[in-house]
Amino acid sequence: MMDLTSQYLPIAIFIGVALFIGGALMVAPFLVAVRNPDPEKVSAYECGFNAFDDARMKFDVRFYLVSILFIIFDLEIAFLFPWAAAFREIGVFGFWSMMVFLGVLTIGFIYEWKKGALEWD
Amino acid sequence: MLDTLQTFMNDYGWNLLVLIGFSLLLLVVLLVIIAFLLLMDRKVWAAVQMRRGPNVVGPFGLLQSFADLLKFVLKEPIIPSGSDKVVFLLAPLATATCALASWAVIPVNENSWGRWVISDMNVGILYLLAISSLGVYGIIMGGWASNSKYPFMGALRSAAQMVSYEVSIGFVIICVLLCVGSLNVTDVVNSQKTGIGTHIGLTNSLFDWNWFALFPMFVVFFISALAETNRPPFDLVEAESELVAGFMVEYSSTPYLLYMLGEYVSITAMCAMTTILFLGGWLPPLDIWPLNAVPGIFWFLIKVVFVFFMFAMVKAMVPRYRYDQLMRLGWKVFLPLSLVMVVITAAVLQFGGFLS
Repeated sequence: MMDLTSQYLPIAIFIGVALFIGGALMVAPFLVAVRNPDPEKVSAYECGFNAFDDARMKFDVRFYLVSILFIIFDLEIAFLFPWAAAFREIGVFGFWSMMVFLGVLTIGFIYEWKKGALEWD
Repeated sequence: MLDTLQTFMNDYGWNLLVLIGFSLLLLVVLLVIIAFLLLMDRKVWAAVQMRRGPNVVGPFGLLQSFADLLKFVLKEPIIPSGSDKVVFLLAPLATATCALASWAVIPVNENSWGRWVISDMNVGILYLLAISSLGVYGIIMGGWASNSKYPFMGALRSAAQMVSYEVSIGFVIICVLLCVGSLNVTDVVNSQKTGIGTHIGLTNSLFDWNWFALFPMFVVFFISALAETNRPPFDLVEAESELVAGFMVEYSSTPYLLYMLGEYVSITAMCAMTTILFLGGWLPPLDIWPLNAVPGIFWFLIKVVFVFFMFAMVKAMVPRYRYDQLMRLGWKVFLPLSLVMVVITAAVLQFGGFLS
């Protein structure tokens, strides 16, 4: 427990101090700078035109696809972390079992490549 | 009441105060260094284009960044009427805080006083990877909350780009971890005291560091770090010719400053990670007298500034990528390459007799 505190409490405090500095910078202009908003100034920027329609619009489905692929591969990396850290202790069996896992994922990767999930044109 | 306060202070308080003091020290030193790195960035860029760069404020323009800070604070903060106001203001704060948070586990030196790091965490590398992924939140929050088209497109591009290169960065880190066998950041540096250099007779030299043994991974990491921090040539997020300023279009005053600050803090964090993972952290390049007498923190700083100089030179010299080229490079070149390198590294370590 003490070990956990000595490792994570400094991080919490550090993030707190960082938040404080960021917050102070964020609040400063609201206290010292002139504020004189008018309808033109606070409207959405669209190269001088009035905004055509709402910006909450449809977008390309490939962005979803990239994020889903990212989840798969990031999980794979999360699995690899403890394997890499314990690589010296787990021996040849540990090595081959991870190779099987990576092989299965590579088959999936080849499939999504052939299906064209990685094409942007 | 006073008694309990007294005991509390004796038990925890002073430690707490010391921790707050060290955190403030690191943050202030870091921000001052970044102010000068920003100037260096502009000076290098100017020199490549045969300009002088900022040279009016202070001698050689040294105070330019501080003048910029003052100007940002005195500018009018504009909050667009259509925006989601809370998220709009929270987003730059999240970016800056997430970027700064990664510095909590980056050690800058180790000597007889101990390890110069805020938290000597046993899963430091994992923490660094996790925090660098959080950076995408600030950007996508800002782009969505602005309720304007350019920020929205910029945020989408940024999210896709950052997560793509996150994957190859993860595999590169795995390669390094295979050679190190520990997730503690200080251990990663200390393990680079012995390596290939020792085998060829140059003990404690720069050939012991990981960049030599894992050279392809070093290159992949450097390029992925450029993409991860949205630096040119991968600054599709704020491509001036297409998206004006990307997700930052609607921002002004210190919210904008916090975005810029977050960007440069994460760039320096990436430089520090390159230094720690591949360039031997605070270890001197050769174990001979004048070099190993220099305190480690100077070596660390020199290496970080060197990597930052490389970032600046790339920005000055390389034309911007197209978005499909960017995604192709990330998913079709770096991902298979780094995956294969993980397998090769593991196989060489396992069957090459390096595990002793």
